[in-house]
Amino acid sequence: MINLIKITKSFNTQKVLDELDLNIDPEKITVIIGQSGGGKSVLLKHIIGLIRPDSGQIIIDGIDISNLNDKKLNEVRKKFGMLFQDAALFDSMTVGENVAFPLNEHTRLSKKEVNKTVNEKLNLVGLKNVTHKMPSELSGGMRKRVGLARAIALDPKIVLFDEPTTGLDPIMRESVDELIVATQKRTKATFVIISHDIESAFTIAHKVAMLYQGKIVAVGTPDEIRSSNNSFVKRFIKDLRGQGSGIRD
Amino acid sequence: MIRFLEFAGRPLVFFVEECGRIMLLLLSTISWAFRPPFRFRIIFKQMEFVGVNSVGVVLITGAFTGMVLALQTYHGFKMFGGESLVGSTLALAMTRELGPVFTALMVTGRVGSAMAAELGTMKVTEQIDALNTMSVNPVQYLVMPRITAAILMLPVLTIISDFVGIVGGYFVGVNLLKINSGIFIAKIIDIVELDDIYNGLIKAAFFGLILSLVGCYKGIYTIGGAEGVGRATTQSVVLSSILIFISDYFLTAVMF
Repeated sequence: MINLIKITKSFNTQKVLDELDLNIDPEKITVIIGQSGGGKSVLLKHIIGLIRPDSGQIIIDGIDISNLNDKKLNEVRKKFGMLFQDAALFDSMTVGENVAFPLNEHTRLSKKEVNKTVNEKLNLVGLKNVTHKMPSELSGGMRKRVGLARAIALDPKIVLFDEPTTGLDPIMRESVDELIVATQKRTKATFVIISHDIESAFTIAHKVAMLYQGKIVAVGTPDEIRSSNNSFVKRFIKDLRGQGSGIRD
Repeated sequence: MIRFLEFAGRPLVFFVEECGRIMLLLLSTISWAFRPPFRFRIIFKQMEFVGVNSVGVVLITGAFTGMVLALQTYHGFKMFGGESLVGSTLALAMTRELGPVFTALMVTGRVGSAMAAELGTMKVTEQIDALNTMSVNPVQYLVMPRITAAILMLPVLTIISDFVGIVGGYFVGVNLLKINSGIFIAKIIDIVELDDIYNGLIKAAFFGLILSLVGCYKGIYTIGGAEGVGRATTQSVVLSSILIFISDYFLTAVMF
């Protein structure tokens, strides 16, 4: 579904991704973990074509998007939904208008059908009676839920998450984790999550990939990673645990 | 020596890069303006913001500009008995220069800064990235409607400014300075030509392009959080104002 082949990206003289290889399985939750400032967000933005690699290939459903023009890239992007770190809701629009935005842009649904879908998606993420509220009236956790509702509005095949639990208190973090797992089960979409929250990653992931110094250094199920005897993986997990889970990338 | 040249040339390189990015944004805006979907609803919304909501400011500045101009020119012309020329001088100055330039400066302060702040905030809170991920081009959705609205509305605001400026000047000239009303109006009709008005409106449209293009450019290239948004807003007002004055000179030289 998603294949990253020898992706290299530098900003000025700093190499952020260094011949990175990663295959992401369809209809599963893959969590890419790494330290703050380690290039996780850059990697995620490569997958959806917001950043182009210096070299390497990004294959989405058999199409290499690394050199596509904007028009073709926009077509591929319709397969995606993305939840940003701070939800990135349009603050000039209501919650309902935010969730309706991709539907109005890319479908010919009637207003009634759009409203119905908006309510369905908001119910799916556990929100009711918020359609007329502005994003500024919502808590951090609620904003993320609305962001997720918007991300899945068009029933995308792939949903990307940029640090979904960062900045949330432990109870809300758990609640967002449960929401992600439940939503993936119902939508059967491919979820790609970047995080430095190792505990959260072990809870929700089908597969965990470890990003270190621009490369994926270990990939496996949570159990495989947790029980790994590799001293490097052990140290990596220890470092991430030490880093805490409230720091932003 | 090389180090000195590097140091001295840095601002020039920055300036050339900045101009290049602004021109690329302009070309991209033009290309997106003719591709569907045509976003008329957003354009009308922006026309309301740029035009309708600026009418109050333009009325006040236009009227007082005309009034003070009448006052100043009257005292100058009185020295050689040329008071009858106050009306025509005022009308020429308003239609050719003061109407378009002062309107553009006021709209830059009110609208150009708001464009930079709004788009800058959208940039630093990843709302522009969110548009991209939803296959919506930010230039077409955000920049093109703002530039179109500014190009269309600045001439309309300038007509209002010209009109209230001349009315304000008439009020001061005729009612306070006792210039003959018939002569005041006759001289305006005699001397001011339609070309003076048209050329002033072309200038206004060009200033609309400058202030909206610079505002949008500074907004979508904002980096660095709230501080960056503040910096982008200030820079957009300063750069737009400077460019308006510089381009005014060259447009005047070509047109009149």
